[in-house]
Amino acid sequence: MLTRRHLLAAGAATLAAPAIGRAQDTPGVTATEIRIGNTMPYSGPASAYGVIGRSHEAFFKMVNEQGGIAGRKITFITYDDGYSPPKTVEQTRRLVEQDKVAFTFNQLGTAANSAILRYMNQRKVPHIFLSTGADKWGNYQDTPWTIGWQPSYRTEAQIYMKHLLAERPNAKIGLLFQNDDFGKDYVAGVRDILGPRYEQMVRAVSHEATDPTIDSQVVSLQQGGCDVMLTATTPKFAAQAIRRVFDVGWRPAFHYLTNVSISVGTVMEPAGPEKGVGIITSAYLKDPTDPAWDNDPGMKEWRAFMAKYIPNGDMKDGSYPFAFGIAQTLMHVLDKCRGDFSRETIMRQVADIRDFIPATLIPGIKVATSPTNFHPIRQMQLQRWTGSTWQRFGSVIEGANV
Amino acid sequence: MDGLAHQIVAGIATGGIYASVALAIVMIYQATHHVNFAQGEMATLSTFIAWSMVQAGMPYWVAFFATIAVSFAIGVVVERILIRPVANAPVLTMVGVFIGLLLIIGNATGWIFGYTTKVFPSPFASEKPLFGGLVSAHELGSTAVTLTVLTLVWAFFRFTKLGLAMRAAAYNPRSARLVGIRVGWMLALGWGLAAAIGAVAGMMVAPVVFLDPTMMLGILLYAFAGALMGGIDNPAGAVLGGFTVGVLENLAGAYVVGTELKLTVALAIIIGVLLVRPSGLFGRVVFSRV
Repeated sequence: MLTRRHLLAAGAATLAAPAIGRAQDTPGVTATEIRIGNTMPYSGPASAYGVIGRSHEAFFKMVNEQGGIAGRKITFITYDDGYSPPKTVEQTRRLVEQDKVAFTFNQLGTAANSAILRYMNQRKVPHIFLSTGADKWGNYQDTPWTIGWQPSYRTEAQIYMKHLLAERPNAKIGLLFQNDDFGKDYVAGVRDILGPRYEQMVRAVSHEATDPTIDSQVVSLQQGGCDVMLTATTPKFAAQAIRRVFDVGWRPAFHYLTNVSISVGTVMEPAGPEKGVGIITSAYLKDPTDPAWDNDPGMKEWRAFMAKYIPNGDMKDGSYPFAFGIAQTLMHVLDKCRGDFSRETIMRQVADIRDFIPATLIPGIKVATSPTNFHPIRQMQLQRWTGSTWQRFGSVIEGANV
Repeated sequence: MDGLAHQIVAGIATGGIYASVALAIVMIYQATHHVNFAQGEMATLSTFIAWSMVQAGMPYWVAFFATIAVSFAIGVVVERILIRPVANAPVLTMVGVFIGLLLIIGNATGWIFGYTTKVFPSPFASEKPLFGGLVSAHELGSTAVTLTVLTLVWAFFRFTKLGLAMRAAAYNPRSARLVGIRVGWMLALGWGLAAAIGAVAGMMVAPVVFLDPTMMLGILLYAFAGALMGGIDNPAGAVLGGFTVGVLENLAGAYVVGTELKLTVALAIIIGVLLVRPSGLFGRVVFSRV
């Protein structure tokens, strides 16, 4: 017999059901497990970055040993894409469709992530905290399921220009950029700060990644009367540029260099360490080789993690502190989900980080997002090449609001 | 005006790089009548071999000549094992083999030596920059090396019996065989020589552009343009073509089409030469009676 009480009970059950149902329907999330996908270049030209994936594996092992997250263990599935975008597509589809991961985390490479950007957003799978500095991951309007982490190249260029305008407001800037997404982000960042003065203050020349040398471009900039240089190119060309600028006897008042190309071993040493003295770049992570961090609590935490979980890891490799900071950010977000790991909730929490401070970021730099800010890190500190190391100077500078 | 002069000097310096690689391309064409697409990758591998020797503590010039010897051997082995079985196959098969070779050698180099940029030493060091820093002592020295190699190649083909036999084997294998030339071995020798010249080019290029597995990728295109411009069967023309392409590319990039279209200049040269004067500026026009 149908009573009012039965009806009420049934109604309540149907109301409650979707909530329970949704949690169980979210792929990759069960009562005991949350599954996270990732692709990394473990082989191929960028295989040096593979340590980031290895670091994450170790990090989630640590998390699981400490009880997991909201009663669930993390299963981290990471595949090799060889730094080849078609393989990234293949492996990402495998992660989403076969392995049924809840979301993907920290996939590496601008081209690789560009190749899956549409797929992830059409399928509405969170595609979060990517290992690439392209600015386009901050486009929350068109690709709301995708977000980067590190300061974008555009933010970086804004920071250099802020420093320059404070030091030398009437500079003539020579901008050497690689003619692709990466290089063009710097042009955009310089424009953000200079605005209408761009045309008169900047002389920009591009080069293709296939060009054998950039000598002709350096000659053009020097002859164009530039007294400041901004080099936004990949390591091999950066080394060529540093050497050539010095050899032609050009001494720009300031020479800014993208922090993509500041490796001592592959840029500064090949260029000739004495030729780059005074070059300015930026940092947001604590450099593991900098003695200033010897007694830093954050770096001590990181070293303890390394000693226990990656005892054979290279303690000088900056990729490990990077991975540690980004993994901590993810745990912060998952923590805030309070056990509701639906894809919508995850993205809501990703877009609601309020001044989180990972252990490996330079003091003063914070991770912050909002529904209209998908650029988690927007501050950096400048550093200068002394001939043997990079030395930080000045205070933390924030990019522009555009 | 100062800027123009500087662009020209810088173009000549870069052109020297193209010239040395163009010479290697012409060399293999003379000896085998094929254009080897893997030429650049083979040269890069040779350069890595030289780099390993120098890293192991060998003096530069010992490593230099040892690398030439090793590269010669690699060239001969590649011909014997990979090219010989398809010697009579259609051209497309050859192209397939060359591209396969390019991928295999390129990736193997990366796998063995890694993809990070390495510094390759130069034997021509100088304290002072020359010509206002636009030309390094190394670029002058490497141009001298290119010209020396050119002279040797020319003398070899012009004055030695072996050179004559090699030319004969390439131009007319059947007649060559009838007069007692071992055509198969001549082709292998041609591959060896081309690999050796490629090694020299690689070792001269690496100090300028830095050593990594993709070092030759961009250079090879410009070198092709240079080789075609000068005439694919004329070593001296190829060298001159290389220098010309270097200067043209800089001038066009700086004053005419902009830096984005620099590579297009090389492609335009290739197509232009093939359309207007297929044998190149200094090449011989070959008539064949049918």
